Amino acid sequence: MNISFTKHTLANGLDVLLHEDHSCPIVAVNLWYHVGSKNERPGHTGFAHLFEHLMFEGSQHHDSGFFQPLQAAGASLNGSTSADRTNYWEVVPAGALELALWMESDRMGYLLPALTQEKLANQRDVVLNERRQNYENRPYGLASMAMLAALFPPEHPYHWTTIGEVADLRAAELDEVHQFFRRYYHPANASIALAGDFEPDAALALVRAYFESIDAGAPVEPVRAIASLEGERRIRLEDRVELPRLYLAWLTPAMFEAGDADLDLATDLLANGKTSRLYRRLVYDERIATDVSASQNSRELSGFVQLAATAAPGHTLAELERVIVEEIGRLAAEGPTEEEVARGRVHAETQFVFRLQTVGGFGGKSDQLNAYNVLLGDADYFDRDLARYQQATGPSQREMVARYLDTDRRITLSIVPRGRLDLAIPDSAPVDVS
Amino acid sequence: MSVPRASTGVDRSRLPDLRPVPRFAFPAIEKSTLANGLGVWSVRHETVPLIGFLLIIRRGAADDPLGQEGLAALTADMLDEGTGPWSAIDVHKEIARIGAQFDIDIGADATLIGLTALSRFADRGLKLLADVVVRPTLGEADFVRVRQLRLNRLIQLRDMPGVIADRAFARLLYGDSPYGHTPLGSERTLAPLTVDDVRAFHRRLIRPGAATLVAVGDGEHETIRRLADAAFGDWAQGAEPAGDARDTIARPARLNIVPRPGASQSELRIGHVAVARATPDYHALVAANMVLGGQHVSRINLNLRAEKGITYGARTVFDFRRRPGPFALQASVDTLATALAIRESIGEIAAIRGERPISADELAVGVAALTRGYARNFETSDQIARAVAQLALYSLPDDYYSQFVPRVESLTPDDVMGAAARHLDPTRLTTLIVGDADAAGQDFGRLNLGDPVVVSADSI
Repeated sequence: MNISFTKHTLANGLDVLLHEDHSCPIVAVNLWYHVGSKNERPGHTGFAHLFEHLMFEGSQHHDSGFFQPLQAAGASLNGSTSADRTNYWEVVPAGALELALWMESDRMGYLLPALTQEKLANQRDVVLNERRQNYENRPYGLASMAMLAALFPPEHPYHWTTIGEVADLRAAELDEVHQFFRRYYHPANASIALAGDFEPDAALALVRAYFESIDAGAPVEPVRAIASLEGERRIRLEDRVELPRLYLAWLTPAMFEAGDADLDLATDLLANGKTSRLYRRLVYDERIATDVSASQNSRELSGFVQLAATAAPGHTLAELERVIVEEIGRLAAEGPTEEEVARGRVHAETQFVFRLQTVGGFGGKSDQLNAYNVLLGDADYFDRDLARYQQATGPSQREMVARYLDTDRRITLSIVPRGRLDLAIPDSAPVDVS
Repeated sequence: MSVPRASTGVDRSRLPDLRPVPRFAFPAIEKSTLANGLGVWSVRHETVPLIGFLLIIRRGAADDPLGQEGLAALTADMLDEGTGPWSAIDVHKEIARIGAQFDIDIGADATLIGLTALSRFADRGLKLLADVVVRPTLGEADFVRVRQLRLNRLIQLRDMPGVIADRAFARLLYGDSPYGHTPLGSERTLAPLTVDDVRAFHRRLIRPGAATLVAVGDGEHETIRRLADAAFGDWAQGAEPAGDARDTIARPARLNIVPRPGASQSELRIGHVAVARATPDYHALVAANMVLGGQHVSRINLNLRAEKGITYGARTVFDFRRRPGPFALQASVDTLATALAIRESIGEIAAIRGERPISADELAVGVAALTRGYARNFETSDQIARAVAQLALYSLPDDYYSQFVPRVESLTPDDVMGAAARHLDPTRLTTLIVGDADAAGQDFGRLNLGDPVVVSADSI
């Protein structure tokens, strides 16, 4: 199982990945810039995500919205920002490939002449509304901000979320926004993948024609930062919620490092779905929680496991914590059962097959090629990625759980209804996020 | 600043031309009917070694008996809580052993139960699907647990402005009629339900005569029919006709508010009861909606997001259903811009059938957006299965998807404007705000919608 491709690096450093798939008459164009919120600085947060908005507002040779011509050509399009990278994509009918390349190359090479104060102010307002909608006005919406701020120290670039601080967004000057673009949005810091119904020689010629004349830009130095937790830290947040929710988090290996896949598998068997150990105890048998979930969040500089569980009415977060700590301890001591290991393998196999179904969009084949290329420097990694999961054993999962999900070195976050501090884990310190 | 360099063959003075799009043809659907009336429809799709099964039952939340709103969804939720000797956990262990993706969706008109697995597990997957749908345990202890989880969910949803808005808006538009509630029901109607209610609902309505099994993937029709017969063959026949057609009699106030003090945004719904899926105006309304609020470059999103920056996004939807479904605008807007957003939204809806009719150019953009990329809607087996299920649900012809593009391309501005005039009525629009009335309400009077009527979240 693999995603076959050819790779070409243009003279200006732009990586070009081509994957043919003629089963549907469409082409996915997917562009990654190796810039995310981790490239921002304290006091100047939210820029990478802000660009995910500004990049759709026009460039020098098409100084109006990007949605209009692309949607009129039958495209679907979007972008997203994470701590580590930003991606932009279009899925177009095969006959509109050149249009998509024209537009992607224009905003890579010629965005700034069209990036005015007026656009900045407008998109900042849209982003502030996005922040209200997805964080402030959403139950538990501030949990990620509180958790990241506690897990990572203030100077660590994972300390803040991609949406950025309100004060930073309001203070963003056109000048520094331009500087951010010059520093990160150029061929040497980008990778473009095409997947779908095209003829590779012709497609490569088009990519060359549109992108090769763009200045390479200065190489971007990798971000370096380290984080460690020396003990348990208990924090709490009052929110507009009805039921209290407990979040536990631990620092774990970075993406693709030893232990990353083991912890991905272990969090599944521990807390995800009705077969998981914690669903069974908390929700099914003891009925003290309404839901439970966990994930290994793999990032470039560091990973973290986060586990969340919501208390059923009449129960406190301390009751949940006791069971969770007990089950983690049991997994760390005894490891998964053979059946759990077997289920994890077949689940991984199916998930990887699912990932071969679409050429474009978030998680499509073009996005995966770029992910491997940008984050690992090796686009040819699909089958080795699957192998990481197939090779994880019961003992390897047990060992990683024992090593990383250490109950004495973690963040414990209680989110409780306003005025119900009695439901929080005792001795939690209030934190302020806004 | 970088200066554009000359490069061979690239003309940045204009956007490149588009090449024509090949005509789209939906794949062939092979059909059988089992002796008990269950339709078995399959489509070959062999790009990856997966098979997707989707069982569509043409019974949904609109079939909830009056006073038992939420029963259909609760029944659907009970299906995978045990079958034969298996507990709920055992059922999910089997799903996990074959690595399947399993989900249950319920809407107003239908319940869909989907299972997708590696092709080599087709027989085990189909047997499991049949066991949970046809032979669920529906046990008392599981019922009590599942109902409690749903009640807990409803408690949590009191804080989700979008959900509060959807529930209150359905109630405002449809009152006690079948579309007057969302599938969840309410704490008031769920609490008194018993396991016998679930068993009776399952016995009456979850029947093969109201169901179609759709299979898409790597498999011959005859093989799938044989597997389906083995798995579903003893499902007892018969299905009662879909629920009564209680008419909509709701006469909501023009302006309604669910108070949410301190909210930084107002969640808005603006709309009215519109039109059924079977309308001959379907294609024209889909096209009209593209211009009005159905895409990023629609008039309403450009106005509220791109020009004014007061929302992350605004859109309008015609929800086409078996009976007339709602037309609604949905947006979450800056609290301080609430009245402005309502005025502009109603203004855009009124303008499209009045002072600013849809131009030929606007229609062309909307039509192109609907048609040129049409093929990408049918890339995966799941997309194809869900498309086929729509044919089964709304009795559409097999060539419906193949005909969509030419039908939409043939629309004229007059067709589209005529449909908008028939089915959009600015004077009937009902507005609902979920938000901070005091902060948002400075100039509601100037909207000329009357005094806002306070809707209590508890009454929904």
